[in-house]
Amino acid sequence: MTSTAEIVSRCEAIFEDLDFTAARAWKDAVPGRKVVGFLPLYAPLELIHAAGCLPLGLFGGGDKLEVIHGDAFYQSYICRIPRSTVELGMTRRLDFVDGMIFPFVCDVIRNLSGMWKIMFPNVWTKFFDTPQNFDPEIGGSYYVAELQEMREGLEALTGRKISDDDLRRSIALYNENRRLVRQLYAFRARQPWKAPTSEVYLLMRAGLMMDVAEHNALLVGYMAAAEKEDRPKRDNVRVAIYGSFCEQPPLNLIKSIEMAGCYVVEDDYILVNRFLTEDVALDIDPLQALAAAYIGHSVETSCKYVPREGEKGKFHVDQIRKAGAEGVIYATPSFCDPALLDRPMICKKLTEEGIPHISFKYAENSGQMQPVREQAGTFADSIKLWS
Amino acid sequence: MSEIVKEPSMLLQKEMIARNYEAITSKHETGRKVSSTFVPGNLNELLLCFDIVNNLPEINAIQNGMRKLSGNYIMDAEKAGHSEDVCTYVKADIGMMGAGNIAPNGKPFPKPDVLLLSYTGCYTFMKWFELLREEYKCPTLMLHVPYEGDGHSTKNMRDYIVKQLKEVIIPGLEEVSGIKFDIDRLREALRNSAKAEDNLVWVLESGKHKPSPIDAYFGGVYYIGPIFTAFRGTRDAIAYYDALRKEVQARIETRQGPITPDGSNFNDQRYRLIVEGPPNWTNFREFWKMFSDEGAVVVASSYTKVGGMYDLGFRHDADNPLETLADYCLGCYTNRNLPTRVDILAKYIEEYEADGLLINSIKSCNSFSAGQLMIMNEVERRTGKPGAFIETDLVDPRYFSAANVKNRLESYFQMIEQKRLGTAKAA
Ligand code: SF4
Ligand code: SF4
Repeated sequence: MTSTAEIVSRCEAIFEDLDFTAARAWKDAVPGRKVVGFLPLYAPLELIHAAGCLPLGLFGGGDKLEVIHGDAFYQSYICRIPRSTVELGMTRRLDFVDGMIFPFVCDVIRNLSGMWKIMFPNVWTKFFDTPQNFDPEIGGSYYVAELQEMREGLEALTGRKISDDDLRRSIALYNENRRLVRQLYAFRARQPWKAPTSEVYLLMRAGLMMDVAEHNALLVGYMAAAEKEDRPKRDNVRVAIYGSFCEQPPLNLIKSIEMAGCYVVEDDYILVNRFLTEDVALDIDPLQALAAAYIGHSVETSCKYVPREGEKGKFHVDQIRKAGAEGVIYATPSFCDPALLDRPMICKKLTEEGIPHISFKYAENSGQMQPVREQAGTFADSIKLWS
Repeated sequence: MSEIVKEPSMLLQKEMIARNYEAITSKHETGRKVSSTFVPGNLNELLLCFDIVNNLPEINAIQNGMRKLSGNYIMDAEKAGHSEDVCTYVKADIGMMGAGNIAPNGKPFPKPDVLLLSYTGCYTFMKWFELLREEYKCPTLMLHVPYEGDGHSTKNMRDYIVKQLKEVIIPGLEEVSGIKFDIDRLREALRNSAKAEDNLVWVLESGKHKPSPIDAYFGGVYYIGPIFTAFRGTRDAIAYYDALRKEVQARIETRQGPITPDGSNFNDQRYRLIVEGPPNWTNFREFWKMFSDEGAVVVASSYTKVGGMYDLGFRHDADNPLETLADYCLGCYTNRNLPTRVDILAKYIEEYEADGLLINSIKSCNSFSAGQLMIMNEVERRTGKPGAFIETDLVDPRYFSAANVKNRLESYFQMIEQKRLGTAKAA
């Protein structure tokens, strides 16, 4: 059996490879294969997969990429992910990517979708607007038609039809993926010393850059190995991380929080494969099924409208309780409107519920970990002292 | 600092705005219902059908910016936990609430009866109203307007908006107001809108004259006032735009420019600019003077299109009342994708025979600002006219550096001069 270390190191290699060698290899393996990149936050990967394409999760350039061209496109008060994504494009690291999907998350990504159209006119570029009306008859039917438009776009890109059966097969694989991801999260919440967040994170990041079936096998392998391995349990506090759904913190920051005495038992890093919280139905029209899942069973996050005031933050509180977190670290990328506008509301709810919380900002290339370690450490100590 | 010298239409508008604030603050006496809603994609014609008064938090933030109140409000909001990074309109609004929520007429703003969240072209709107809802605990009606990511709207988008109007917004407004929806009333308001819109377009397009009888940015923000706010659909708006048109017509006939902040006629127009992005409000007059002192007149701007792109041909259409509201919302400037914005600005440069594009990039407005450097480069590339970039903020005085802006502008004007010399030599 493969050890967790081996699995994690494979994932880390994929995650760190800004030339996307693995995705290139996937594409080269069979003539005619196409790769479709997608940005945060949520895209219906089932459709891309059913089109025979590799959905490639693009979450910025991390802390290894020197941004030179990207800065010429953005003034100072804008987060880092669009500039490092532009950098990836300008340095031809994405020259093998045939299509790009920019899902709705905020105005920055929205505008970036248009920039991509100008910069890379030969790449199929789609802004994917998910509904903010959650009535199945209204937002739901709008969404079905949007999915249909995306389906046709992908069909035009690949030159082949996506049948309902293709789609159902993909949905089944992604249902499996979501189930395994939920399982891993539950495992981590139970025994966080056995599945450190820095590892779980790498597993998720790499998983969004490989074929889903392969990722499913990887998840099964990791959980089996993690269960068996004997790792020491520390006297850490259990925390949830929120606010990090789009631009990702450097891996060192994730590790620093753990090193400061926190077990992360719940988080909103990446979110893509946890966006839908239940299986997508297989016994109805597949587009209807995807829409119903989005409308009825998706997470609460800052890029979504919460129709009822009393519901605001409830999702987070429930998740925190379910995972048994003792406190929350609200960690947001600098200049991130969605996370920062939401923060006062979510934090107010946490205060009302008596859940201790702290907040800080980061950038994907933040280098200084000492302040984060100190802040998280003090937070952990205060929880230990007072709870 | 002295007040800006007012043109007659400005005085008329001042009186209209005062009247609207009076209607808002006297709601307890009159029994009228009040909505809060946003400028882009606002549904004023629909609100009129329910006798609901329209209050616009962005406009309140602008008012507070111009009256030098916003700086403290913003700092108060930041002290209360709002991030320094987010849109300063939001913080100016929230800070104002904390400081007693006093309207420009000195009376307290009443609690709104409904938050009408028309979600067009800016993400911040959604969270802003979630924040206000938490405070006011009043019904919030959300109209989701999809973004024109592919440069055009689709039938699906339009149907989605119409459905929301029919099934969410109209029933919601009926409930709040106790008034039954009457489509003929809506049609009448839409007819009024179209009349006013015709004259607005005529005024905005008068920037094509030389000298330009208008300043389409600093003066433009006044010209769009009534139509972008609580007056579209009213007879007041028709009267205002009639008066404005006559005022501008008179200037064209006498070959006069618009009035400068000092009150003189701006006839010595050395540079004709297109401006992209909202203006700065805390130092509005100072900012304006930097242009007029140098002889730079703005002949067209994108900011005057945030509440509707009438110059591209759209008019509210009484024959398709709900569909036209949908089209209106979809077509607001920031709901259009970047390539479309480039097309529009490049077209302005050509049609208005401008010397170049100046971008005022707003620190806290991602809706406008993210990607503007690319817009500048593209427009430069396509038109061969130089572009320039300055950074300020809307209502946060901490981010207005007069020396910096002035320097940038001066070098920009030199650049235009050089370009002219170069072109002359080549000719
Ligand atoms: S980090 Fe935040 S502001 Fe930046 S693109 Fe992502 S959601 Fe938008
Ligand atoms: S972000 Fe920009 S468009 Fe949105 S409310 Fe603020 S100023 Fe207006």
